[in-house]
Amino acid sequence: MARTAAPPAPLACSYLHPGGGRGGLLGWVLTTDHKRIALLYLYSILGFVAVGVALGLLMRLELIAPGRTIVGASTYNALFTLHGVIMIFLFIIPGIPAIFGNFILPLQIGARDVAFPRLNLLSWHCYIAGAILAVTALFTGGGPPDTGWTFYAPYSIRTTTNVTLAVFAAFVLGFSSILTGLNFIVTIHRLRARGMGWFRLPLFVWSLYSTAWIQLLATPILAITLLLVMMERLFGLGLFDPARGGDPLLYQHLFWIYSHPAVYIMILPAMGVVSEILPTFARRTIFGYKAIAFSSMAIALFGYLVWGHHMFTSGMSDTSRWIFSLLTFLVAIPSAVKVFNWTATLYKGSIDASPPLLFVFAFVFLFMIGGLTGLMQGALSVNVHVHDTAFVVGHFHYVMFGGAGFGLMAALLYWFPKIFGRLYPRRPVYIALGVLFAGFNLLYFPMLVLGWMGQPRRYYDYLPQFQTGHLISTIGSWVLLVGLLILTVTLMRAARRGPWAPPDPWGGTTLEWRTASPPPVENFAVEPAVTGRPYDYGALGRGAAAPEGR
Amino acid sequence: MYGPVTSYPASVDATFYFIVAVSLFFLLLVTTLMIVFAVRYRRSRRPRAEQIEGHTLLEIAWTIIPLLLVLAMFHFGFEGFRALRSVPEGAMTVKVTGRMWDWSFRYENGREAAKLYVPVDRAIKLSMTSVDVLHSFYIPAFRVKEDVVPGRETYLWFRPQTTGPADIYCAEYCGQRHAYMMSEVVVLEAEEFEAWLAAGGEEGEKEGVPALLARHACLDCHSLDGSPGVGPTLRGLYGRQRALIVAGREETRVADEAYLRRAILEPDAEYVRDHERNMPAPVGLSEEDLERIIAYIRALE
Repeated sequence: MARTAAPPAPLACSYLHPGGGRGGLLGWVLTTDHKRIALLYLYSILGFVAVGVALGLLMRLELIAPGRTIVGASTYNALFTLHGVIMIFLFIIPGIPAIFGNFILPLQIGARDVAFPRLNLLSWHCYIAGAILAVTALFTGGGPPDTGWTFYAPYSIRTTTNVTLAVFAAFVLGFSSILTGLNFIVTIHRLRARGMGWFRLPLFVWSLYSTAWIQLLATPILAITLLLVMMERLFGLGLFDPARGGDPLLYQHLFWIYSHPAVYIMILPAMGVVSEILPTFARRTIFGYKAIAFSSMAIALFGYLVWGHHMFTSGMSDTSRWIFSLLTFLVAIPSAVKVFNWTATLYKGSIDASPPLLFVFAFVFLFMIGGLTGLMQGALSVNVHVHDTAFVVGHFHYVMFGGAGFGLMAALLYWFPKIFGRLYPRRPVYIALGVLFAGFNLLYFPMLVLGWMGQPRRYYDYLPQFQTGHLISTIGSWVLLVGLLILTVTLMRAARRGPWAPPDPWGGTTLEWRTASPPPVENFAVEPAVTGRPYDYGALGRGAAAPEGR
Repeated sequence: MYGPVTSYPASVDATFYFIVAVSLFFLLLVTTLMIVFAVRYRRSRRPRAEQIEGHTLLEIAWTIIPLLLVLAMFHFGFEGFRALRSVPEGAMTVKVTGRMWDWSFRYENGREAAKLYVPVDRAIKLSMTSVDVLHSFYIPAFRVKEDVVPGRETYLWFRPQTTGPADIYCAEYCGQRHAYMMSEVVVLEAEEFEAWLAAGGEEGEKEGVPALLARHACLDCHSLDGSPGVGPTLRGLYGRQRALIVAGREETRVADEAYLRRAILEPDAEYVRDHERNMPAPVGLSEEDLERIIAYIRALE
């Protein structure tokens, strides 16, 4: 770390080692402290990420050559279903809000906790219950579901695999998401510190706020849809299966009315993280605060209106197709505005190329590829060609993994000293980033090419002309794994043995840096007063409250 | 790489490469700026940052310029799409049926085929439906795709401009053998096609039972040589004891003629234990063909 000053002694009564209250395991699983709940999410989510990564590696290994390599077609179909369900419902939807939203949001607005601490704990319990149900679905009934994470009817109605329980698991997980969203909205409205007006909110809070509205308003639609699938499977309701008078397109509409806004549940918080990290390491105020804040809200709003672009070849009416295409292009604008403002934030800054900042650079690059390939699919005639091909798979991994995933890693590196009260060494993290970045592009870029060549997705087997791309992609998956391992080992060691972190190791200006690392149970000894905007390095420069040594 | 050419793909590709060009420009612009700024304004060179809160004109510029560009993208995509959805007068219609996991094509004169034979330089309209779950009819070479939906009819059209074969894939996940739900479109010279079309049809030669089984997609799941598949093999099936699930209860029955008839016509009524219950009932299977199939299975030892 850059800072070489003598390490301060850790707080005797940080949230990690509080004086009173329940000790041991119960002190964790029954805690109502937002910081402890954040850590519960961190560990449970990372556990499922490991499973999801393993499933992904198995799929890539199977696809290294045409024909059967390690598993049969049914197993492969279960693999991509589970990979999708785990990565989406157990990792990337809760992801940043559940971990860093829980930990950082109350600190950033100067609150003691979230508005409803017990509801917060219930959210985590819902998450765990849903996760247990999802795992149970693998080993009971007709075996692991093989429908893809989208559960498209009528296949999901007819397959004999254990879809009913898997769908119920997603239903329960939905409640975790809804309750967290509700909690954050009320927290942001009611618990801001004195002087913290709406335009003094850190941009991470803005992003959580827009995300929370989507969670609250969109998730119930998914819950209802999944209930209907269960009823159709159990009682033969006949809503989605044409053999019983249902309509499969109805299912697709209902599913994507949630699942498209859910894409923004996944990416908006990562954008918030980027908007925190850039000013801190450029040591200057963010460029276009209001533009970034409003673009979050605009994305949340427009995100509701573009679900039809998942259905450009579904057989819905031509009129809806072109309207959805037009709206899809419009939702690209607020994302572009964010990227330009981030770039401008580096202009004439005083830049420290720290690990979190370099992860943000990687985020911007990969997210841009994800977004720009999204434009290609937004155009109707191009979409018809690449729809349901490997191109789509490449595209959404650039957005979800390159965007939300790298955003989550950047957030972890940025707030690591605050959460664990310890510092990590820079060099292995740089190496990890280099390997990750190379592996990522080797893994996913060939998918874009394969898709353009006509390789459909969810194919267990493929024709010889696609082999080179598949081979490169599989090799990339191994490189990526090495990067993930280096990063994990580095951070695990640092969390236990790293040097103690000062309260504000990066020179950040937002409120979380004004308390100890790790924070005490009550967060702040005295409720902090806010007198200006976040990222006000100008005021620091004038000597208003410059932390020592900066 | 793709095989025969139609003129529509050129317009799709032009739109695609236009968006690729714009994308590359912005990707390189932003990446270069990030790197240049990070190097030029590194802390060792520049210990104090300049505080710039924003710039209204810039905000307007980088909202309006991308907006115009994406509107252009929308326009090109829309124009291509309109061509794709406007079937010209006098197009030849072929009925397409998708099922797990096979395509079949039926021509106006009643001829059926497992491959899509079409004449060159003529508009072909495909009128498509599925008998079981969702499929998606995809010819990468022609840049056309449309989902095939049970209970409704969807369509697409194309005009092949050179002869030759091209791949047909199923692009919507449809279960275990989704990746094998392939066929071919074969573009023939006009006279060749007419000859092919006239050769088949209702008066055509009687096909063999294996071909009949293949046409009804039976062989996707049931082998004739005893090898295991999604469904039980047909070899040595006749006269064997079968462990069945009938109305949720297990029963053992002998696979006689009546059993085979039921198993083919109402596959869900009784099904073999340890196998999936997702065999579709055959569409348009005549009584005569059914009897031939049963006789064939009976002889298959």
